[in-house]
Amino acid sequence: MTTAALSPTTLSKAALFEAQAVKTSARRNRLLSLPALIIIGIFGVLPLIIICIYSFLVAAPYGGVQWQFSTDAYLNFLFQRDIFDDTLQFTPDFLIIYLRSFLFAVVTTIICLLLGFPTAYFMATRPPAQRNWWVLLITIPFWSNLLVRTLAIMFIIRDEGLINNALLALGVIDKPITMLYTNFAIQLGLLYAFLPFMVLPLYSSLEKLDFRLVEAAYDLYATRRQVLWRVIIPLSKPGIIAGCLLVFIPALGAYVTPLILGGGVHLMIGDLIAQQFGSGRNWPLGCAQALILMAAVLVALFFYVRNTSGKVQHG
Amino acid sequence: MPEQPGKNAIEVRGVRKVFGTGENQVAALDTVSVSIRENEFFTLLGPSGCGKTTLLRLIAGFDFPTAGEILLHGQDIAPLPPYKRPVNTVFQSYALFPHMTVAQNIGFGLEMLGKPKAEIEARVAQMLKLVKMEALKARRTSQISGGQQQRVALARALAPQPKVLLLDEPLSALDYKLRKEMQIELKRLQNETGITFIFVTHDQEEALTMSDRIAVMSAGKILQVGTPRDIYDRPAERFVADFIGETNFLPGTVVSKQAGVATVKFASSATISAGYPEGFNPTGEVTLVVRPEHADLVSDPAKGTITGTLSNIVYFGTDTHYHVKLDGGGENFIVRHQNSRSSAVTYETGAKVGIQFEEDAARVLKD
Repeated sequence: MTTAALSPTTLSKAALFEAQAVKTSARRNRLLSLPALIIIGIFGVLPLIIICIYSFLVAAPYGGVQWQFSTDAYLNFLFQRDIFDDTLQFTPDFLIIYLRSFLFAVVTTIICLLLGFPTAYFMATRPPAQRNWWVLLITIPFWSNLLVRTLAIMFIIRDEGLINNALLALGVIDKPITMLYTNFAIQLGLLYAFLPFMVLPLYSSLEKLDFRLVEAAYDLYATRRQVLWRVIIPLSKPGIIAGCLLVFIPALGAYVTPLILGGGVHLMIGDLIAQQFGSGRNWPLGCAQALILMAAVLVALFFYVRNTSGKVQHG
Repeated sequence: MPEQPGKNAIEVRGVRKVFGTGENQVAALDTVSVSIRENEFFTLLGPSGCGKTTLLRLIAGFDFPTAGEILLHGQDIAPLPPYKRPVNTVFQSYALFPHMTVAQNIGFGLEMLGKPKAEIEARVAQMLKLVKMEALKARRTSQISGGQQQRVALARALAPQPKVLLLDEPLSALDYKLRKEMQIELKRLQNETGITFIFVTHDQEEALTMSDRIAVMSAGKILQVGTPRDIYDRPAERFVADFIGETNFLPGTVVSKQAGVATVKFASSATISAGYPEGFNPTGEVTLVVRPEHADLVSDPAKGTITGTLSNIVYFGTDTHYHVKLDGGGENFIVRHQNSRSSAVTYETGAKVGIQFEEDAARVLKD
């Protein structure tokens, strides 16, 4: 009835109106994305450009840069110029710090995954009313500052700290175990700081898991271990990927934790870069180090995502 | 044939299942016992919440009974986990693995059983052929239609050659035509594989057309077990008669009874003889049940056992339903007539009519 009443002119008018609506909505969408683009531009792209430019300049004696092109910052990453004869000598100091940092970040990611997965699974299998409470508990550490929490760890593990005093009082040990300012302390601090970033994406992924699939797998003769490896883990892969990225990348660039718990003795990349802008007074080197880190992370990410998403596809 | 007593595939003995604790306790199954024969198409039929799915989950091993035992070929399987029971399930939601292809889904059970690769491949190919899905074996389960997913779910459950196949309302998500097709398909698969099927449904028509035997359940209990004809023609209780098919309920008074047949008097003082189930002793005021197709309309009210006024005529294509407002009051009485080309009499609403009953049409039932 209504279609019969529509004359050709009203039809074309309607079409015109629709086309206009599509055009305006597209324009509106572009307009809506503007604030985000401005923020990304000012706080993301622009600083990156500045860092990139600075890394090709010469360091001024008291910090800052001299406007003179140079690739010294990149050369200095792997080589040291001899003061007397100007030859380049291979020095792996920075490289070692980078490798150490990668190792810290990898170990942190793996242990966080091993601890976080059962935790997230436990949370996701609680009755729905209880789950939000568990999520709240996981987020409690975020309520206070990381620096304060890291200092608290320091008080727990130092020589006259909670653990050593307790062990001494119980007579388990007769002199304090040195934990503070060791690799162990840094590792502990990193685990503590980044575990929630693993648990939360894992939880959100496991919470969406259809547990009828788990039942189906049990029904088809899969043991508990097989259900885990063949059904639960493949289906929670998005959460695993997200969790690993959220732990690995910030752990790699961690600054506060290694500074406080490593006592400035055991450096990580973050501290190294900060040093160039502080006591090192070599801004171009700091910029180059930051960019090298970024490039390394991008390459690692590229391979990681390509491998893991491939696995999801092939079951 | 299922009518002859065969060996029992599944024996459920005094099974109780209680969910919750303390004051929130709910008995989903209240001491249920039933035997399911080998190669039988057995249906658990009942409204939602009657315990039919709970019983199925106990047989599958997803839940464990609070009391009682479940025997599979004489062996108690109640304490075994699902992966140690030679029983497979077709889920209502199909529960196909979204990260695997059709063929990988079908082969999953065999793979978990540790069968050699060649055997798995051969069996998967055979299953794909059985459910006519060869062309789509490399597809992901998200890329196929609901009916196709249904077939894959069936093939996946049948591939490990279970002793018993459990089907939890597998057709409820399909549209009418596809459902009809799958009903025939299921019967064919059961005949070809010779596997015992235990089928859960709330659809009485589905139960009647497919089953060898049906157990009608309500409120955690099994009310009656029998062939579709038994259940339909000789319901044991009012609930069964009401749940399966359309039924008329008529109040009356028992005058006398002998050998399973009671003489019942209506308010109009007309009498009728009606059978009643074994172990039931009808006295005084009772309810008679009469199927709509076991009654007939007569245009002369004087010739009818009971009389009334035609209030509504509903045409259904194959047959016509006549709603009669009885003179004694109460619910409308429905008479179903099969339509034929030479229907002699046509009725008009508002006409006074009589209703006659066929031989043995009425039964007296427990409320």
